[in-house]
Amino acid sequence: MLSPQIIDLLIKGLVDTLHMVAVSGVIGTLIGLPIGVLLAVTGRGELLQSFAFNKVMGAVVNMTRSTPFIILVVAIIPFTRLVAGTSIGTTAAIVPLTVAAAPFIARVVENAVREVDRGLVEAAQAMGATPFQIIRKVLLPEALPGIVSGLTLSAVSLIGYSAMVGAVGGGGLGDLGIRYGYQRFLPEVMLAVVVVLIVLVQIVQSTGDLIARRVNKRNLKS
Amino acid sequence: MITLTNLHKTYAARGGGAPVQALADIDLSIARGEVFGIIGRSGAGKSTLLRTVNLLETPTSGSVMVDGVEMTALSAGELRRARHSIGMIFQHFNLLSSRTVFDNVALPLELAGTPKADIRRTVEPLLDLVGLADKRNRYPAELSGGQKQRVGIARALASKPKVLLSDEATSALDPETTTQILHLLADINRRLGLTIVLITHEIAVIKEICHKVAVMEGGRVIEQGPVFDIFAHPQHPTTRSFIDPVINRGIPDSLRDRLSHQPAPGSTPVLRITFTGEKATTPVISAISRRLDLDLNIWHGQIDEIQGAPFGTLVVEALGDGAKVEAAMALVRENNLGVEVLGHALPANH
Repeated sequence: MLSPQIIDLLIKGLVDTLHMVAVSGVIGTLIGLPIGVLLAVTGRGELLQSFAFNKVMGAVVNMTRSTPFIILVVAIIPFTRLVAGTSIGTTAAIVPLTVAAAPFIARVVENAVREVDRGLVEAAQAMGATPFQIIRKVLLPEALPGIVSGLTLSAVSLIGYSAMVGAVGGGGLGDLGIRYGYQRFLPEVMLAVVVVLIVLVQIVQSTGDLIARRVNKRNLKS
Repeated sequence: MITLTNLHKTYAARGGGAPVQALADIDLSIARGEVFGIIGRSGAGKSTLLRTVNLLETPTSGSVMVDGVEMTALSAGELRRARHSIGMIFQHFNLLSSRTVFDNVALPLELAGTPKADIRRTVEPLLDLVGLADKRNRYPAELSGGQKQRVGIARALASKPKVLLSDEATSALDPETTTQILHLLADINRRLGLTIVLITHEIAVIKEICHKVAVMEGGRVIEQGPVFDIFAHPQHPTTRSFIDPVINRGIPDSLRDRLSHQPAPGSTPVLRITFTGEKATTPVISAISRRLDLDLNIWHGQIDEIQGAPFGTLVVEALGDGAKVEAAMALVRENNLGVEVLGHALPANH
């Protein structure tokens, strides 16, 4: 069985993972959500059509998303040091995680907002709504179920990414699995890490699904 | 109330094709309190035309006057304020699925910055008006199509508009629900004196509630006028094709087979007599047979009601010589009824 020390390590790893995922998820959402909305409303024929903004922002988002995460972690070390004051440890790992999460979230939000029926935007325009009002009162509430599903997907991806930040001493469950399970040949640690990750992802997914169902008023049984 | 003058709308085609002319030479005048119908087949430009009234579509050239304001000259902010006095309802209702019935109706007021207490005071009577007071906390997904459109109507009325634009509002509804919604619109028009502009491809909608009608084809208005006049004397073939199915100006196929355009030996003329308005009850048939000693064989007859006025047609075969038939037609005209020679009936054994 697992020794108390290993159990302590598992708990610390879980806390570190949760810490990294939560902080990068929240900051990533704060950055990604507005970018996603802007990407959606500046598209061709949309509310605030702006070809230049849409292309430039789209390119920036794609650049980040096409860089493999492990490369991104290493490539932005100078930036990480600038923001976090260090390039090693859990706090430092939050920087690349956020940089990866924000564009991911921007794309899922963009998709969710694009799914909103054009007729609703037209109805709001006919009522004399400003573009900002249309975003706040129509697009965001109507896209909310899609946004919640997208954020759930992002959280699960972040849990996966967080396993790689051990490369820069980020800690967390993934790092524990690599260092103890793989490098020290402790298969029971590896197994424990995998089980904890599976349970964690299940909880995140189920919670996200539940919230998405709750906020979705589109398929109500009367 | 609404005056459209010399309106044109041209879309630049994608991919360098020829530009598409959506509206051309539109001149319409809609009086306060009128229910004005615009009918046309899909692609005729009626939807584009309706959207120029609240400038959801910007005309390429021409003038859009609503309640004395030139809409095309307004700034973005002024236009948004002007839109508060123009309500709009849609074929697919366009309700927010995330909001309850009450909150959907409250939306235009929220957008205008109305205080909460005032919103409640405005929305509750509207829900009573459309008969949905008991559904106020339901979501659109829990409602039937007719109920959704009632919410749409209540929402459109929330900002106390002077004009209501209806974009195929009954096209997604079954016939019974359509009738209910049309009655509601007619009722609102009478009670609130609201000017209603509606577009439809269903002539029954025009017949049911409109005072005036414009017929569109290829981006142009090909005919317009009071509904009764257009129904009684359609000029354009497209107008006739809309009207014929509902008021059956035609004759049954079995009789049509015996009809020829040219007189033939032994043929007898077939007349169509049109009764309109209060003259619809003139006993002209018996007058002809008595005074002119001319027998009329009645082929087909129909009486309809358009906008509350009777309208009828009678197709008769005149069994007499040319002079008597001429005299009979003159007698019909003297009584201010319409008459035309539909064709010539060949003998039955021909």
